[in-house]
Amino acid sequence: MKNLLLISLLITTAIVARAEEHLRLATTTSTSDSGLLPAINPTFEKQAGVKVDVIAVGSGKALALGRNGDVDVLLTHDPLAEESFMADGVGVGRQAVMENDFVIVGPASDPAGVGQAVSAADAISRIAKAKAWFVSRGDKSGTHVKEQALFNAAAVSADAAWYLSAGQGMAPVLQIADQKPAYTLADRGTWLALRGKLGLKLLYAGDPILVNPYHLMRVNPARHPTTNAKLAEAYANFLTGAEGQGLISTFKVDGEVLFRPTAGK
Amino acid sequence: MSFFVESFSRALELFLSADPELFAIVRTSLATSGIAVAIASALAIPAGIVIALTPFAVKEALRHGLNALMALPTVVVGLVLYGILSRQGPLGSTNLLFTPWAIVIGQTLLVIPLLLNLIWTAVQTADPRITFTCRTLGASRSQQAIIVFHECRLAVVAATILAFGRAIGEVGVAMMLGGNIAGYTRTMTTAIALETSKGEFALGLALGLVLLMVALLTNLALGLLGKRPE
Repeated sequence: MKNLLLISLLITTAIVARAEEHLRLATTTSTSDSGLLPAINPTFEKQAGVKVDVIAVGSGKALALGRNGDVDVLLTHDPLAEESFMADGVGVGRQAVMENDFVIVGPASDPAGVGQAVSAADAISRIAKAKAWFVSRGDKSGTHVKEQALFNAAAVSADAAWYLSAGQGMAPVLQIADQKPAYTLADRGTWLALRGKLGLKLLYAGDPILVNPYHLMRVNPARHPTTNAKLAEAYANFLTGAEGQGLISTFKVDGEVLFRPTAGK
Repeated sequence: MSFFVESFSRALELFLSADPELFAIVRTSLATSGIAVAIASALAIPAGIVIALTPFAVKEALRHGLNALMALPTVVVGLVLYGILSRQGPLGSTNLLFTPWAIVIGQTLLVIPLLLNLIWTAVQTADPRITFTCRTLGASRSQQAIIVFHECRLAVVAATILAFGRAIGEVGVAMMLGGNIAGYTRTMTTAIALETSKGEFALGLALGLVLLMVALLTNLALGLLGKRPE
């Protein structure tokens, strides 16, 4: 019994031993799974003497965590939802951080002929016309929102005969698409990070509608006084400042730059 | 086949190299589940004995309730506690969400019904002559409870091991309340879920094997603890 007490005391101290401050960042899976944040956050952590707790979820859930005041700062890629987040007074200081683009990937055999598409909407209509498998994020993420915009632009409606709503993050959706095989819309960062493990091919990219901007917002301290507003501001300044932007511009996966810095643009 | 061979050698490699990241993950898992089971045992073992030894009106209903709670999905526990611990929720000011303590609370609530049920059954199915003999020898109620506890100690250890297994192997509570934060609330199960989703199947399976090894070692230790009084 004495041993048991001693052991639990030891593990308690192991957990409690964290005097340092924590900043909670809710972000999309793409910034974390691609390796970007693990590469640049340590610089800020060292400078500010804090820990950045990265909670990587879809943009929809990240914004919900922000609305509930459960995080201090957000880095998301769903402009429309971000604007309503700001309009509702939940967020402050929205600024551009970086951008990349979405790409349409699919089986190398390309049964729907997406490789010959003239626009992103055309690519979607080709998939719909061929009734080729398409895997959707289905999780209200920024990528899912963009996909719905493309379906609207192409004026096609999703049909369960070929459209699979997975309800998962970008990486699992790419895995599912790889196994089916199926088409899917992916952010370029996650695609580059995973393509080595997949049999899929990049079939369409380049339409301006596919641009994928990331913005940073702080949770309004007037709305949620318990948030760590000071640290959130310091992090915002770091990420949009010369140092953070420089780190973003030099971050590479597989020899390719993943994100273009856009602060102040 | 090479998939499993590769995973297994990866697991061994990780284990032997004492990778600091892996070490942090294993420590978080052990600490959260260990504390959760310690708290739950401290509450549920005495409560289970008292319930078993005391006749009262709604006992049958309580039994059914506990049985139902044992089937509670871990994500439901996570979801309910998220609502409570969120800064919008009644306990939001405690700032516990996305900390290891949130996982401890969730896992504690998760295993209490299991422990209560098992202890209750163990005491109930123990030799009825124990309490009878105690009474004829003039033992007080608390003395009776202590004797019964001693007689059922192996079942109690078995129940604790089962509770620890449920806690350390669950992913719903750890993911929803901990947030899978690297180096802080990332447990073995959330790490496995993450690595799998990133397509790192070998690493995920390697972590799974590590989880199994850790569970084995912990159970051996708990087993020794149960044997000592003999």
